[in-house]
Amino acid sequence: MEFTPTRTVGFATIVCFVCSIFVASAAVGLKEKQIENEILDRQKKVLDVAGLLTDEVAISADNIKKTYQSRVQPKLVALQDKGCEGQDPTSFDQQKFAKDPATSKDVVGNRAKVRRTPHCAKIFNIKSADAKGIETVIFPVEGKGLWSTLYGYIALNPNGTDIKGLTFYKHAETPGLGGEVDNKKWKAQWKGKKAFKPGSAAPALYVKKGQANDNYSVDGLSGATITSNGVTNLLQFWLGEQGFGNYINKEMKGANNG
Amino acid sequence: MAKNSEVLLDPLFNDNPIALQVLGICSALAVTTKMETALVMSAAVIVVLIFSNLAVSLIRNFIPPSIRIIVQLTIIASLVIITDQVLKAFVYETAKQLSVFVGLIITNCIVMGRAEAFAMQQGPLKSVIDGFGNGLGYSIVLVFVAFFRELFGSGSLFGVQLLPLATEGGWYTPNGLLVLSPGAFFLIAIFIWIVRAFKPDQIEEE
Repeated sequence: MEFTPTRTVGFATIVCFVCSIFVASAAVGLKEKQIENEILDRQKKVLDVAGLLTDEVAISADNIKKTYQSRVQPKLVALQDKGCEGQDPTSFDQQKFAKDPATSKDVVGNRAKVRRTPHCAKIFNIKSADAKGIETVIFPVEGKGLWSTLYGYIALNPNGTDIKGLTFYKHAETPGLGGEVDNKKWKAQWKGKKAFKPGSAAPALYVKKGQANDNYSVDGLSGATITSNGVTNLLQFWLGEQGFGNYINKEMKGANNG
Repeated sequence: MAKNSEVLLDPLFNDNPIALQVLGICSALAVTTKMETALVMSAAVIVVLIFSNLAVSLIRNFIPPSIRIIVQLTIIASLVIITDQVLKAFVYETAKQLSVFVGLIITNCIVMGRAEAFAMQQGPLKSVIDGFGNGLGYSIVLVFVAFFRELFGSGSLFGVQLLPLATEGGWYTPNGLLVLSPGAFFLIAIFIWIVRAFKPDQIEEE
């Protein structure tokens, strides 16, 4: 067979055309299922940090959805004045907000190495089983570890004083060392710790190097000092005044004392 | 002409893509901390190898030699993207752990090596068998490495805790080296050593 330039170009065009049809149809055809997976995954993490992800719930996607529907209530919190106007809590995309300079604030220089905070953030109120009150409030957190940015959720009691749980849903720390932020035993230590010292608005919570011995700290991850410090920094940032500090002080601590 | 059975079985030990040809090492280090990820990765590579060999073999007589590498790469890249999409749709959790490495199958020398060295010359059936055989050869090494890495690195297999960890009140202190990439190098070396102990003809001359 002779390969003239015309033939070569024609062949290349055909190959590209056929391949692009396959790729495009796979991407479009599977998109719905992928989005569903993503949403389910995020719902699962929220339930997990709220302590609602029992074996019984985790067993099927339907159970997760049902529990999420009945117990979790997304809520928008303005970190800047009027940041949340016109936004719908269910479909709100915080990552998109944080990326767009028009809807986020430059905070470069903080220890958690967060670049921008969104003007509006999405938190989750967890309704108690009898649906009468709120038993847990969940805040999104993020910050630099050793290799990667850790993304997670921290759960506080409705007074905003005690920690109910901490979980990370996305990170790329070293497995076995920094990756131990996923360790169930380590995560369990957070439960019942105090976020703030009495009368102070600055977060007191931290990861201690070595063994923790007070109400504000948990054990450090051995061999993972930088990841441990990263967790301290990101918690202090997001619970502090640049993060959700004002909301916690005004809306949560005040509401229940009065 | 090699027999079909030879085409299938040779890549397992006689001509293993990782152990003898030392191709595809990068992903063998990255995805073998757990059995589950290693198996899903193996399946993905087998599927891509089979279909890329098939596609290349079917059109081998029409591919202009001047652009053959680009054509192969286009086919492989398309297959990898489709595989990645399928994984994300059906095994989301594992796909998340494999993250970028499924996409990197494109650069896995085994896939391209087989397309260029085998599928360009052979018929579709033989090419499919060759793709499957080489995929299996890759998988054997991956599963071997992942088995030891997960068992001794995390004390578990398929996520089921077999050796109770000291950090959780058990007696087993996991070997930290094995969860890091260098651990996989040692295991691949041991695999090559074992294979060559049984097949001395694979040892290179000094």
